[in-house]
Amino acid sequence: MNVATASGYLESLLHGRLQLPASQLAWFNRLRADAVERVGAQRVPTTRNEEWRFTDISPLIKLPFQPVYAASNLQAAEVEHFYLDPAAPRLVFVDGVYAPQLSTQLLSPATDSNIMITNLSAAVSAHVMALEPHLGRHAEFHNNVFTALNTSFLHDGALIIVPRNVSVDMPVHLLFIATQKEAASYPRCLLIAESGSAVTVIEDHVALQEGVYATNVVAEIALADNARVNHIRVQRDSSQAFHIASCAVSLAQASCYRSTSITLGARISRYNLSVRLTGEGAECTVDGLTLIAERQLADTHTCIDHVKPYGISRQSHKCIVDGAAHAVFNGKIIVHPDAQHTDSTQSSRNLLLSGRAHIDTKPQLEIFADDVKCAHGATVGQLDSEEIFYLMSRGLSEMTARNLLTYAFGAEIIERIPIASLKHQLEQTVLERTQRN
Amino acid sequence: MIYQNSKPLLEVRELRATVNGIEILKGIDLTVRSGEVHAIMGTNGSGKSTFAKVLAGHAAYVVTGGTVAFKGKNLFELAPEERARAGVFLAFQYPIEIPGVANNQFLRLTYNTVQAQRGKDELDPLEFDDFVREKMKLLEMSPDFLDRSVNAGFSGGEKKRNEILQMALLEPLLAILDETDSGLDIDALRIVANGVNQLATKDNATILVTHYQRLLNYIVPDYVHVMESGRIIKTGGKQLALDLETHGYDWVSIEQRAAAGV
Ligand SMILES: Nc1ncnc2c1ncn2[C@@H]1O[C@H](COP(=O)(O)OP(=O)(O)OP(=O)(O)O)[C@@H](O)[C@H]1O
Ligand SMILES: [Mg+2]
Repeated sequence: MNVATASGYLESLLHGRLQLPASQLAWFNRLRADAVERVGAQRVPTTRNEEWRFTDISPLIKLPFQPVYAASNLQAAEVEHFYLDPAAPRLVFVDGVYAPQLSTQLLSPATDSNIMITNLSAAVSAHVMALEPHLGRHAEFHNNVFTALNTSFLHDGALIIVPRNVSVDMPVHLLFIATQKEAASYPRCLLIAESGSAVTVIEDHVALQEGVYATNVVAEIALADNARVNHIRVQRDSSQAFHIASCAVSLAQASCYRSTSITLGARISRYNLSVRLTGEGAECTVDGLTLIAERQLADTHTCIDHVKPYGISRQSHKCIVDGAAHAVFNGKIIVHPDAQHTDSTQSSRNLLLSGRAHIDTKPQLEIFADDVKCAHGATVGQLDSEEIFYLMSRGLSEMTARNLLTYAFGAEIIERIPIASLKHQLEQTVLERTQRN
Repeated sequence: MIYQNSKPLLEVRELRATVNGIEILKGIDLTVRSGEVHAIMGTNGSGKSTFAKVLAGHAAYVVTGGTVAFKGKNLFELAPEERARAGVFLAFQYPIEIPGVANNQFLRLTYNTVQAQRGKDELDPLEFDDFVREKMKLLEMSPDFLDRSVNAGFSGGEKKRNEILQMALLEPLLAILDETDSGLDIDALRIVANGVNQLATKDNATILVTHYQRLLNYIVPDYVHVMESGRIIKTGGKQLALDLETHGYDWVSIEQRAAAGV
């Protein structure tokens, strides 16, 4: 088969579905079938497509990797360095396949037996009523071929349902471990935060070793009235991997979504984050840090969609780009005619550490309401020479001053992560990657 | 204070400097001996801050003539950080904000760097915390400033106090305070002045750049210099500051021109 063409690529990917277990549920099968159809109706985007202008994914279409279906026999000792400390409820997926032996509940039954933290396929038949309105309903796949692909392969994934007025006091760790070369995985996450509930979720993509593989992950997060979700996303895939991700978040009235997304890995990565403030007075904070080097390409596309009045959005995206790496940030803010009194800020700050590093940043404001506050700004540059001088005038060498400032630039985002062990790990990574001597 | 037989700490001869190709310093002569307090006054734009930054080694200012010796050695052979480690300290007129760099981390790093240079013990974070809190008490600064980013969001007066805190930690031989009094309320002025006075010994020296005689009531200068158009045009004792307050800078300029026979 000629897979060098884009359509051949999609076709050969869909071949991998032959081993996909059929579901007992008609709506579930229908959802997948719709998605397959949408894959057929679309093409792999090229740089001629406005949404993909800066990101050439043609290297990916030469590699029609197939999914892994066999359960892994990975042992805890091999992966426990990825675990959070103190231990938290954890769902582990190895090459996209649920690994019960590595997962743990840890919630005390006393706190709330109704909190659901489980793999999707185990829960889907018993909770049709809860799932059907959400699964595949937030992450739009009609015009996104990668989301359509993920949905075509929909089978298992992470499921979290936090009941009404329940606060989960421990963070929930969703750990996706890549172990096999030349494998594709299609992880799926669904988080339903019922009204007045609160939860912190860490979506963590890691690799056991360096290698070429492809991850295509989709997350859907639904916040009911007054719910609070803190979503920390860490992409630390192999620097040879491909990572395509979408996350669709829907916010009902007075709910609050915080996202901190850290991009460190992958040869080529793309993250689409769509946040819809569909209820009055909803609030979101969207922070991002991309730290890449060598020949990495990391593309973050966000869309914050103010549909109803009195919404607040705060976005801060930072990139530190070294070597010949290329970072892309496209931040769209839409304010619908109905969304009066929207208060929105966006900042994109970028640091180039080498002459060959490259950044494309594009704020995109589409404002259709008149009584709104929207502030945005973008900077691209090197370290500030006045800041360097100030530090040197206090005795620090130029190298130390530069290291301190570069680290600080990234640490500002990392500091917002409320889990000490993860924060410390990431601080170490930033330190290692930004320090010269 | 003027001490008999004290050694010259700073000797500036015929110093000229440009910024962006424009000559700002046009032949400065100044000798500061250990133990002394010098005040430099002068109109806006006369070159006081430029002089201070040239001494600290700011790269935007190009020295085009003259010499500066610090403890008898050519100052210009030292990089900015080497000057700081050798004991030159500049409290900036406009201290910049460094978001993301924690004040306590920064203070400890600079303190330990200078300690190491002097062959003294470095402090670990816990030891340093105790140490810096004591220093902050003297300056009546809240310990909350330790957890914030360097100067970020500090009020004008808070930034100035943070400068003096750094001075108190680094214990320089030559402290140049560029308008540290501007923007301080009366209480803060007294606190900062006390801090500076407590740090003064017979081995170090201070250059105060100021517009206000008021500061000189608290920190009594041994010499007062008037700078104009990149030169020191008059030098006197502390009385000169009072005369300037009464007569203004024109008075010195006119006197100066008369003396020169222009
Ligand atoms: N980076 C620069 N680029 C251009 N001009 C400069 C620069 N720095 C200083 N100057 C000019 O040099 C002159 C002296 O400035 P300086 O800041 O030294 O004055 P000052 O005596 O400290 O004044 P003030 O009392 O207002 O603080 C001014 O005319 C100023 O505009
Ligand atoms: Mg000045």
